[in-house]
Amino acid sequence: MALKTETMILNMGPQHPSTHGVLRLELEIEGELIVNVKPHLGYLHRCFEKHAEAMQYNQVVPYTDRMDYLAAMGNNFGYVLAIEKLLGIQVPERVEYIRVIMAELQRIASHCVAIGTNGADIGALTPFLYLFRDREYILSIFEETCGARMLYNYMWIGGLSHDIHPNFVRRTKEFTSYFKNTIVELDNLLSYNKIFVERTANIGILPADTAINYGATGPVLRGSGVKFDLRKDDTYSIYNRFDFDIPVGKGLQGTVGDSWDRYYVRVREMEQSLRIIEQAIDQIPEGDVQSAIPKKIKPPKGTVYTRVENPRGELGYFIISDGNTNPFRVKVRAPSFVNLEILGELCKGHLVADVIAILGSIDIVLGEVDR
Amino acid sequence: MYQYFYELTGSVIISTLITAVFPLVNVLLVALLGVYLERKVSAWMQDRVGPNRAGPFGLFQTVADFIKMLQKEDATALDIDKKLYNIAPVLVFAGSFAVYAVIPFSSKLIGSEIEVGLFYALAVSSFVVAGILMAGWSSNNKYSLLGAMRSAAQIVSYEIPTALVVLAMVMFLGTLSLSKISEMQTAYFWNWNILGGAEFGLVKFLLIPFMVVGFVIIFISTLAEVNRTPFDIPEAESELVAGYFTEYCGMKWAMFMLSEYGNMFAVSAIVSILFFGGYQSPFGYLGNTLGIEWLIPYEQAFWFILKGWFFIFVQMWLRWTLPRLRVDQLMTVCWKYLIPYAFVNLIIIGIITLL
Amino acid sequence: MKEYLKNTWLGIYTVLVGMKITFKHLFTPAVTIQYPEVKLKLPERERNRLYVNIDDCIGCDQCSRACPVSCIDIETVKSIPGEDLGTTSNGKKKAFWVTNFTIDFAKCCYCQLCVFPCPTECIYMTDVFEFSTYERNDLVYQFSNLTKEEAEQKKINFANFQAEKEKQKAAAATAPKTENPSQPNTN
Repeated sequence: MALKTETMILNMGPQHPSTHGVLRLELEIEGELIVNVKPHLGYLHRCFEKHAEAMQYNQVVPYTDRMDYLAAMGNNFGYVLAIEKLLGIQVPERVEYIRVIMAELQRIASHCVAIGTNGADIGALTPFLYLFRDREYILSIFEETCGARMLYNYMWIGGLSHDIHPNFVRRTKEFTSYFKNTIVELDNLLSYNKIFVERTANIGILPADTAINYGATGPVLRGSGVKFDLRKDDTYSIYNRFDFDIPVGKGLQGTVGDSWDRYYVRVREMEQSLRIIEQAIDQIPEGDVQSAIPKKIKPPKGTVYTRVENPRGELGYFIISDGNTNPFRVKVRAPSFVNLEILGELCKGHLVADVIAILGSIDIVLGEVDR
Repeated sequence: MYQYFYELTGSVIISTLITAVFPLVNVLLVALLGVYLERKVSAWMQDRVGPNRAGPFGLFQTVADFIKMLQKEDATALDIDKKLYNIAPVLVFAGSFAVYAVIPFSSKLIGSEIEVGLFYALAVSSFVVAGILMAGWSSNNKYSLLGAMRSAAQIVSYEIPTALVVLAMVMFLGTLSLSKISEMQTAYFWNWNILGGAEFGLVKFLLIPFMVVGFVIIFISTLAEVNRTPFDIPEAESELVAGYFTEYCGMKWAMFMLSEYGNMFAVSAIVSILFFGGYQSPFGYLGNTLGIEWLIPYEQAFWFILKGWFFIFVQMWLRWTLPRLRVDQLMTVCWKYLIPYAFVNLIIIGIITLL
Repeated sequence: MKEYLKNTWLGIYTVLVGMKITFKHLFTPAVTIQYPEVKLKLPERERNRLYVNIDDCIGCDQCSRACPVSCIDIETVKSIPGEDLGTTSNGKKKAFWVTNFTIDFAKCCYCQLCVFPCPTECIYMTDVFEFSTYERNDLVYQFSNLTKEEAEQKKINFANFQAEKEKQKAAAATAPKTENPSQPNTN
């Protein structure tokens, strides 16, 4: 007589140490083997899109900060680009350069958290704190420039809220030269650590075609070996002036598209961001950062879709204007939300401990998933 | 020690109590200082300061935590197996505490000088598994259950490489008595087993690499037995919240912590007895040079505790450096790596010993 | 077999490399500060609690309209002729009594959008960030310098003035009314 067995439902979250916020995962497990994963969203829903309809165009900017709160500069960037396109504004050169530098610094800061938490989930708490120490440096640069550490409201439609601080160039250069050591240290402490490699390599393999079919973007897509980066492929702002590479997953420790590749792409991307910053920081032209800010923002009727390469992937803004001072509709294509859908596919057949390794490598921010 | 107090008081009960209280005090001190050191070491490694508010250098932080723990309400979840739930922490603590009965803190300070001390220590420390399983099962919590299952598999598996290395050492030393093993590595550090033991000759030099391998194996497997990173998967906080003691709080939870730190010291002690001379001083005794006979046991106790703390520090060092392994990888490390190496090591040490 | 030995070697080697790094950090000084005793020097652009210099406020309501979360609540009463409210520091003449100027810091999102439109630069962000309270209502800050009675008085004054004006208007309106019907008569 066969013993009757049944699967067990394990609730992971919304209050769980490693679900990166308030994500609830309903794991159907057989022993420790995952049979099915059901993510439950919506614990952090704040009606951003509906709110935006009641706001004037410039008042939406602080709301975009709060979507992907680890990469607020990137969110501002996408939104202001969309409205500028709608209004047909050409912003001064100085603004473009500062925006790019800010976005790249923000990318490093965001990847610091992503990599750090990925390691911390797997049990390595020390690299997490080292990365937070260095992220602090970036945040203090931001704080000096615009007064806020996380939710900047720095990029305005047609310009910036403040010009850069006199110390900005010096401190950014200091940071870029200093942070290279951290990357080396991180590689030795975590990236090539045998235990970390064992935990992430060959885990959660995402083939390139599946990634494309699901619409994954950012490091998740590039980890699968697809060379797609909006900064190069659908270039915006002044990214075409800089020389940088797009790191892709090569399956160095296992298969192409595993968790380690996604992790490693982020590490290498930080290096490329440093390269962009180093090129841009010496070229900032003189000028007034607020000269192009329109007095009254009343775009003509029409629709616009802009997309920017956020640390987590393609962040798209679809905005409908009906000629009023308020947008008629703001729709956001949130990269975290799209990337999260893959989780169920990736986790099947793995162990409970792998779920957090995979979730960490996808790197979601619940503020953006739920909006 | 028991003998000494027995002759002094003439009462079995009083002398037993006194001998039992000393390791208990040691366990409590190890737990209090261990938690403090854990926090400080982790803080220093992560460029932080660590506890520094309660008392000088934050030394009373753990005392304050302990008092908080005592005051806590003993909240229990619904539908738990009350009996098992309440016995489990006691059993786990008893298991880790019982090891101290045979640990020689110095030549005069041994709870029980039995001939099979090493065997007893191995046997009684695996007693903990029962307590952990009970805790996991009775909590009526899926996380606890998973943690307990992992823990049982882990501890049972890692007994084997430990036992194999111990076996090699027993072959080499010819005794199971912990105090005799310590006695054999007397006086200076070149007599320690890690450097080939006290006998001088070709055998000593041949043995050194294999002793080092044996030490690494037993250190790794004892790490796993006391559930420390990288083998802390039974209580992997990022996966299983707190593993088998998720549902415990207050003093019962503190019992698990006590036993964890008690265990840490116990395995450190056994490793240092087997390979690092136990209570023997590395540089000879001050008591001998000064001609003060009674000073020697105190010196020995000092060296023993110092060695124990050194290995505790190494355990913490590893914890704050490494990520943790997955369940199946843990088993791979044990069955596919440690056990074969331990076997080879056992055979080679056997052959060399025969030379 | 080669793979096996390589794995063993990598396992031990990478662990030792990691241990070397953490050991080095054991002796690097801490980067954290002891917060309540030591405080960071905040940059001058720091965006924290708002402050309203009510002497300079002309009650134009622009900050309130700029606020994306509507946390600024302003109530003004027009001054009656004969009342001198003085001028602001940059020479603007004040025409309104600001009877109520509250900012709810529980709602405020510290975006600084209210600061820029202010014509007299009387609302600005300070570097005060430690103002947590036990009561949520304590986070509603009143910046108006008029007491409740004074504010009531101003309202009554204005209402009286308004009523007076209405009366005069009505009186003025009734006067031409008598004239108007006479106009078609001339036709």
